[in-house]
Amino acid sequence: MTGYSRLLMAAAAACLVGAGAEAKTLVYCSEGSPEGFDPAPYTAGTTFDASSRPIYNRLVEFEKGTTNINPGLAESWEVSEDGLQYTFHLRPGVKFHTTEWFTPTRELNADDVIFSFERQGDTSSPWNQYTAGISYEYFNSMDMGSLIQSIEKVDDLTVRFNLTRPEAPFLANLAMDFASIMSKEYADKLEAEGRMSDLNQQPVGTGPFQLVAYQQDAVIRYHSNPDYWNGQQPIDDLVFAITTDPAVRLQKLQAGECHIMPYPAPADIEAIRGDGNLTLMEQPGLNVAYLAYNTQMPPFDNPQVRRALNMAMNKQAIIDAVFQGTGEVAKNPIPPTMWGYNEEIQDDAYDPEAARQMLEEAGVSGLSMKVWAMPVQRPYMPNARRTAELIQEDFAKIGVNVEIVSYEWGEYLDRSSATDRDGAVILGWTGDNGDPDNFMGVLLSCAGVGEANRAQWCNEEFSDLINQAKTTADQEQRAELYRQAQVIFKQDAPWATIAHSTVFMPMSNKVQGYIMSPLGTHQFDGVDIAE
Amino acid sequence: MIRFILGKLLYLVPTFIGVTIVAFGFVRVLPGDPVLLMAGERGISPERYEQLLQQLGYDQPIWRQYLDFLGRLLQGDLGNSLVTKAPVLHEFLTLFPATVELAICAIVLATLLGIPAGVLAAVKRGSWFDQVSMGTALVGYSMPIFWWGLLLIILFSGVLGWTPVSGRISLLYFFPEVTGFMLIDSLLSGQDGAFASALAHLILPTIVLATIPLAVIARQTRSAMLEVLGEDYVRTARAKGLPWRRVVGVHALRNAMIPVITTIGLQIGVLMAGAILTETIFSWPGIGKWMVDSIFRRDYPAVQGGLLMIAAIVMAVNLIVDLLYGLINPRIRHV
Repeated sequence: MTGYSRLLMAAAAACLVGAGAEAKTLVYCSEGSPEGFDPAPYTAGTTFDASSRPIYNRLVEFEKGTTNINPGLAESWEVSEDGLQYTFHLRPGVKFHTTEWFTPTRELNADDVIFSFERQGDTSSPWNQYTAGISYEYFNSMDMGSLIQSIEKVDDLTVRFNLTRPEAPFLANLAMDFASIMSKEYADKLEAEGRMSDLNQQPVGTGPFQLVAYQQDAVIRYHSNPDYWNGQQPIDDLVFAITTDPAVRLQKLQAGECHIMPYPAPADIEAIRGDGNLTLMEQPGLNVAYLAYNTQMPPFDNPQVRRALNMAMNKQAIIDAVFQGTGEVAKNPIPPTMWGYNEEIQDDAYDPEAARQMLEEAGVSGLSMKVWAMPVQRPYMPNARRTAELIQEDFAKIGVNVEIVSYEWGEYLDRSSATDRDGAVILGWTGDNGDPDNFMGVLLSCAGVGEANRAQWCNEEFSDLINQAKTTADQEQRAELYRQAQVIFKQDAPWATIAHSTVFMPMSNKVQGYIMSPLGTHQFDGVDIAE
Repeated sequence: MIRFILGKLLYLVPTFIGVTIVAFGFVRVLPGDPVLLMAGERGISPERYEQLLQQLGYDQPIWRQYLDFLGRLLQGDLGNSLVTKAPVLHEFLTLFPATVELAICAIVLATLLGIPAGVLAAVKRGSWFDQVSMGTALVGYSMPIFWWGLLLIILFSGVLGWTPVSGRISLLYFFPEVTGFMLIDSLLSGQDGAFASALAHLILPTIVLATIPLAVIARQTRSAMLEVLGEDYVRTARAKGLPWRRVVGVHALRNAMIPVITTIGLQIGVLMAGAILTETIFSWPGIGKWMVDSIFRRDYPAVQGGLLMIAAIVMAVNLIVDLLYGLINPRIRHV
């Protein structure tokens, strides 16, 4: 620890101790350590919870508890007729954090916005590689590099994005964590002092909380931002107590060592419900778990075979046994909380007899296949192995012999992308920005074959609808296009849609005003603790 | 004696080269790689994959990567973590004191309880104490650490509320890190109750981490004592009328200590393994937990740097044990 940071901690300690017992501190038992405090190079929710959500803002923000887009650092915006120009009017008087490591001399302006995006896309910028080996995976995977032609400063408080093509999800993309707005003034200072890598350790943002100190793998301390443009926080301090084991998190919550925790173990849900001191919030997750057939390999290139197998799968049994009731059966590739969800679609009924007949009609008998089970637990899938075993039993009833295979996680992700993959793969997805394109475009369009499209499914009609929806500005029209696409998806059955999991958030009864995000992020602005 | 020390030091050179190969190779023989994990469910195009591998230097032939690694190592550079982008050595040194603090407490506890228990069991061989203590040691030795830790948390922190659940100190206390050892730093901070809080947070993890070494030390002490107690010189000492207490305490124990000290030295390696689980359960910010996280993320520089540092430390401890052994047992020095 340097002398400088020692001084800093001493000063911060003096602040906290000085405030005494009157300071209101909210303690969040977080599930892991952030990778850094610059959200742009990372993709993990744990990192966003600790960086972009408390510390930064974006031009537009997701309305709390929904995926609707609200004004953020931009008060208003206009989109040109052709959908190629987005002009944002910045909120005047927004102050960056005054911290031990930086005192801003000016308020937010267009330069900050331009800097925040250009550093990610412009490989000639010194900030593109400000520490060795950094890469901007969200910026890249959302294809922002080829989408944004230029960003211009119209005046200090007006900034214009010129796009190469109309892209309806663009606004939603700008509400994502990678699009957090950094201070150019601070970046210039770091560059001049030759300590650019501190951008990732000592963040300066405009958000509701400012970082005080991070003790690696142990504690993150924030203080509420006294100059926050969106009002004072009810709490003085926010503390993340990093606690990786879910059972230990619950013990800490019950012992009063923290006020709120994410990701309880499914087995503990009933006990939490029975604890009079705790409140259990829950909501359907913005996710889907699926079994993707390889639609390029016979006999799975025949939709009739895929539908027959779907009918043989007892999904409710999977929800009961694997999700222990903490989920719901999925019939569409997008979750029911998302706009554009097609309510009218009928799921294939569980009917082994009909499935067996359908398979016979398709001329398939004595089928042996592989089902891939992920080696890890994910928010959309608590136990893939157990799910695979249930599918194995179900398929055996219609005379299909299943061999379960698995690989190390990185290897699994890689091999399952291959177009000549042997077998159907269990996988899932958690939404990034609440836009249906983020599910159907990424996971099922022709462009995703060989990558995120694990069914290797390229249906021209479906892809055309998705592309059309992507370039249509009107949300109602887009929703209709997505509803049509879901009909094609259901008929062609590249996946067996398995489940949408429920997300739980246990907290002390004292916590007030916490709102769960459908995007699975955890944010604490506006949260209070009852005395 | 100097020749003895030099000889031991020379042995370390090939061992250390071997360790660099193992540390470098270990993460690379694991399937999967950091780029694939970073891409996640979204997948990654082959072009982008190549680009990122190149950026990280992993497109080079493996022997060249190894030589680069060795070259940087000679300059004291363990590289930067792929995940946090921070220097691996800095991360290691930040987290290491937490592990050392816990390990020292555990080994002290294990020694202070294990040696007397072993001696007493040997002296009262076949008694109820012998049977109960050795039975307990066997249970302790076979205890699944994770389950044991959770059980203690649920009982002492949850039901009884005597000890804090996890962490190193209550979140109320916040002071500058001076030594990295919480017991010392809390004293230096001068804040009321900080030391007591740090101590209370150490109790359960120390017990959990000490469990296996305690069992091993107790059993080793007992068998070493039994062997020594049967020796002629012990019979002679008794025959010349020395009090039994002195025979056991001086003549027998001193000789029995030789294998016991070796065992304690070897337990350092065991402690490192135990630290992985103990630190995970108790949210203890040490290198055990950090290593596991790094392995799961395929953070090559962190894993190889961490392994190397741990190996160097274990080697240093073994060297010290060897030297101590020489001091206690003059016969060894001259061989």
